[in-house]
Amino acid sequence: MRNRTAALALSLVATLALAGCGSGSAASGGTGSSARETGTLNVLAAASLTESFTSLAKDFEADHPGVDVKLAFDSSATLAEQVTQGAPADVLATADQDTMQTVVDAHGTQGDPTVFATNHLQLVVPPDNPAGITGFADIAKPGVKYVVCVDTAPCGKLAVKVLDATGITAEPASEEVDVKAVLSKVELDEADAGLVYATDAVAGGDKVRPVDIPTSDANLNTYPIAALSGAKKPQLAQDWVDLVTGSQGQKVLADAGFGKP
Amino acid sequence: MSGRGPALGRAPARLLGPAAVAAVFLGLPLVALLARTPWTDFLSRLTDPAVLDALRLSLVTSLAAIALVSVVGVPLAWTLARVDFPGRSLVRALVIVPLVLPPVVGGVALLSAFGRRGLVGGPLYDATGISIPFTTVAVVVAHAFVALPFFVLSVEGALRAADREYDVVAATLGASRWTTFRRVGLPLAGPGLLAGLVLGWARALGEFGATITFAGNYPGTTRTMPSAIYVALQSDQDAALVLSVILMVVSVAILALLRERWFDQAVQGAVRT
Repeated sequence: MRNRTAALALSLVATLALAGCGSGSAASGGTGSSARETGTLNVLAAASLTESFTSLAKDFEADHPGVDVKLAFDSSATLAEQVTQGAPADVLATADQDTMQTVVDAHGTQGDPTVFATNHLQLVVPPDNPAGITGFADIAKPGVKYVVCVDTAPCGKLAVKVLDATGITAEPASEEVDVKAVLSKVELDEADAGLVYATDAVAGGDKVRPVDIPTSDANLNTYPIAALSGAKKPQLAQDWVDLVTGSQGQKVLADAGFGKP
Repeated sequence: MSGRGPALGRAPARLLGPAAVAAVFLGLPLVALLARTPWTDFLSRLTDPAVLDALRLSLVTSLAAIALVSVVGVPLAWTLARVDFPGRSLVRALVIVPLVLPPVVGGVALLSAFGRRGLVGGPLYDATGISIPFTTVAVVVAHAFVALPFFVLSVEGALRAADREYDVVAATLGASRWTTFRRVGLPLAGPGLLAGLVLGWARALGEFGATITFAGNYPGTTRTMPSAIYVALQSDQDAALVLSVILMVVSVAILALLRERWFDQAVQGAVRT
């Protein structure tokens, strides 16, 4: 009895701590009451979901006693490849629809994926804004060193679209290999500005200052999630999808900077 | 060498076996790389302006780096080999650190030192407006940082191996320490010096982590061959294979050339003296 109380208190604390500022929306996926699955739920997710999914996993485990959520974060393309190669996984969430489609085409998902979040690019500048950037067009000013992702990475593909759409032709100082490298160049104050995801701008905290990009349809990534056909725990997989697409999941994702689907 | 075989008996299988495994382990990935390379469009990819840009940049920066390294590296190696001073073991440890440092960490360390907000880079930027990251100079700095240890260790080893008695004799004949260094020590260390140059240069040519972290990655200014290979690997495997083979061929060709032209002469020269 005492043990159970302690466990309950512990999970409550964990839930409160990790759900950020809590918000009473505890109505998460804990629906099924009889014949619950236990064991390990394997979730594969795009690297940009690291913070939000890690937080949601604690909630999920609290709501599902006896369940251990194992999260693996990587680039969406790598994860999709792993799934089609038969890697043991229950749920997949990718950072764009094209990647998910390759899994759907290989009959790797249970039904159609659900779009649960969007992400867009944002300009970030160092806190003291050495180049005096106030709007997106300022990155084209002479002498401004801005950095982007290399155009083979998803964030770089999006950057090309945004730059095209806004008619900016000034060349970047560097094409970094991934979005975290772009962020760190700005955090270190080596670059005057960088194009990162809105979620990275949030993750950068007070080490960067966001500058809005005139948003257009060109500037949007949509994140689909799907339970996988090879899932060992199909019910838990569906519960996870419900959690992410439900109000609690949406709250955590919004706090991390994601947009509504 | 071969004449010694019979006198010592047969080479034991328990040594030859593992030796063969090691040799195959080193050779197999290279052979596999060649086997997977799409040779049909090799030439067209080789003459791709982006590839030529990366190749040119890699050659220029690695050679500039090794030139820089030899200018400061020889004096450092000589000092370590010939001068007793307090803190010598500390300095030698400093020389070794970049060898064992993960290259990315080296890049972050370089940023901390020479970045726009760095220990040295900060005052430089405030005074002159010059910022080193994202420039070709930064690539040379990153290359020099990783190549210097190879060079210094190689030269120091050669200077130590050259008998100090020669220095003493030169001194008794009235040669100044500078003349002794120039006319006696340095020529004796010739082979080690060349080996250091080649090793350091090869290390610079292959440098990736410190370069991409400190200098960035932009075609023509900072995208060296290894960075180009990394970028290609994310989208176009065939292109990455071709680039890898080009880099491998260039390294091996120059090593072979140096061996033919200089190494043997230098070694023979050293043996004759």
